[in-house]
Amino acid sequence: MSTTTPLERDFAVSAGLVQPKLPRGAGLLVAVLALGVSGLLALLLGWNPVGGLVLAAVLFVIGFPLWSALLEGRRSAVDRLATSLVCLAFGVVLVPLVWLIWMVVSKGLSAISIQFLTYDMRGALAHGGGIYHALIGTLLVTLAATIISVPIGIFAAIYLVEYGKGNRLARVTTFLVDVMTGIPSIVAGLFALALLVLIFGPAIRIGFGGSIALSLLMIPTVVRSTEEMLRLVPSDLREASYALGVPKWRTISKMVVPTAIGGIVTGVVLAISRVIGETAPLLIVAGNTDSLNWNLFNGRMMTLPVYIFQQYSSPGVLPAGEVGDPPGYARAWGAALVLIVIVMLLNLGARIIGKIFAPPTDRRR
Amino acid sequence: MSVSAPSVKPPRRVGDRLFAGAAQGAALIIMLALAGVFVFLFIEGLPGLHADERIYQPATNFASYVGPLVYGTVLAAVVALVIAVPFAIGVALFISHYAPPRIAAPIAYVIDLLAAVPSVVYGLWGGLALGQATKPVINWLYDNLDFIPFFAGPPSVTGRTMLTAGIVLAIMVVPITTAISREVFAQTPRLHEEAAMALGATRWETIRLAVFPYAKSGLVSAVMLGLGRALGETMAVAMVLSATPIVTLNLISDTNPATIASNIASNYKEASPDRQAVLIATGLVLFAVTFAVNFLARLVVARSERGVTR
Repeated sequence: MSTTTPLERDFAVSAGLVQPKLPRGAGLLVAVLALGVSGLLALLLGWNPVGGLVLAAVLFVIGFPLWSALLEGRRSAVDRLATSLVCLAFGVVLVPLVWLIWMVVSKGLSAISIQFLTYDMRGALAHGGGIYHALIGTLLVTLAATIISVPIGIFAAIYLVEYGKGNRLARVTTFLVDVMTGIPSIVAGLFALALLVLIFGPAIRIGFGGSIALSLLMIPTVVRSTEEMLRLVPSDLREASYALGVPKWRTISKMVVPTAIGGIVTGVVLAISRVIGETAPLLIVAGNTDSLNWNLFNGRMMTLPVYIFQQYSSPGVLPAGEVGDPPGYARAWGAALVLIVIVMLLNLGARIIGKIFAPPTDRRR
Repeated sequence: MSVSAPSVKPPRRVGDRLFAGAAQGAALIIMLALAGVFVFLFIEGLPGLHADERIYQPATNFASYVGPLVYGTVLAAVVALVIAVPFAIGVALFISHYAPPRIAAPIAYVIDLLAAVPSVVYGLWGGLALGQATKPVINWLYDNLDFIPFFAGPPSVTGRTMLTAGIVLAIMVVPITTAISREVFAQTPRLHEEAAMALGATRWETIRLAVFPYAKSGLVSAVMLGLGRALGETMAVAMVLSATPIVTLNLISDTNPATIASNIASNYKEASPDRQAVLIATGLVLFAVTFAVNFLARLVVARSERGVTR
């Protein structure tokens, strides 16, 4: 049985023992009020709904702290202002993401058909035509880039973790990998082009050049993720292996890498998803074409991102008598939807692979 | 003397030597690749520095050709950063300190999705959707704030303005800046925060007094990495802006300076070999600038890490 009764709240407040506080639902109340007022204004003055929402947000950000300032004092008011601004920032950042995905899905779905996925653009005018050549190009170029960059990236990470151990080459490499993450993609494209031009002359445009550029962008991502995963492998495992007399290279290839393989594959897939949407380097080196090309080493090669750019920048015209957007825009949205689906599947796949292959080690380490 | 110490090095096997060699070779290849970027751009771009006057039309020499482009690049990046940084810090704080822990991870994943969207899709969206939607805003800015040089007008009729390009770039900068600031915020020592709370600080005061001072240098590098991204971004700008080589502060009109990257992308197709060399030379300038920005950012991080461990 308690002997002390809690102080009457009003008394505690008036005696200055407890700071007055806003009621629990205060934020919600102000939000509803702000929405109501601005909605009414928007209706009466004929604004568009976005303007009304902006006004509601402004009203909330001013009104809520103001109420708090009157009741709770300056410090709480500043705190509530900060809270509402932070939450508002988060809400605003979601707007473009949702808007973009909605646009791509709604406009892209109507463009996609079996024909769109299985035809190239040869002879296509206002209607017809598709992305088959671009799809094949993207897959080939990215595959070649993966084949180049995965061995280099993984071996470099092995060097950093297993051999380098903080010597000069390792430190320089770590630093350069950091810098490489920041190379603008177009510079990677120019590098590949400059390399090819030096060897084959100025008119060269081949798909493999795109692969070189993309692998330059992929390597740092692969190195970083692999390095992180290798460092997570407990050194007990390595020492146990050495104690059994297993040579170092077999320790690495049979113990360390298999233990970390889930994370490494996840990193590689994420790196692929990062470069598969790169446009600028492919635009420069791989060029663009209307027809299918299976040969990475001969002739221009279309890729999905370049296809989107191409359809956007020269959308063509509708035949006389039809009205609406130029035909290229619909194709661009359709290709954008396909590209986004590929990227999202890769992202999702990476996460699933990471879950499946996660080593049964102590996660709390 | 009877028992000598075993020889220090065990016999090295062929497999071991090959494997070590491959690993070291990979590290060297990375170094060579980065050096190669510089060397090849330099070899191919060098003729572009002193080419014939006609090549630089409408400018007359390399400096006057690349000048407006550098200006446009910096202007677009600055507009993007001014928009992106407050939001990025706000979102990072939301994830690290405001959101309930259970939903913080999914939220961080959603923000990372922003980074996964290919830049060409952003360009498409910026050119066809966002540009249209900014038209009322642009007109309002022109009607009410045209005394500020940024909004001097005349307002664009297509919506493809520097402001639109800046917003698109900002959306692309937000995820990277958020990701790094979030990590920095999360590294604040728990004890500092709890001490501030125990002294009766509100949540905002805790952040201001314990989190921000600790995170300052990390934030600087987060912003600079965002700057690096904004400087080098190509497609979004190339697809939103129709460019003219001018130097202007005006953000809302139809005549806008190009950026280095967008200029390369939009002029590459019909470039003659001489012109190609000029474009490669501008690419070299861009590479040098972004290299310097990233270098500084990493240096700040490295220094702050050393400071923390000490």
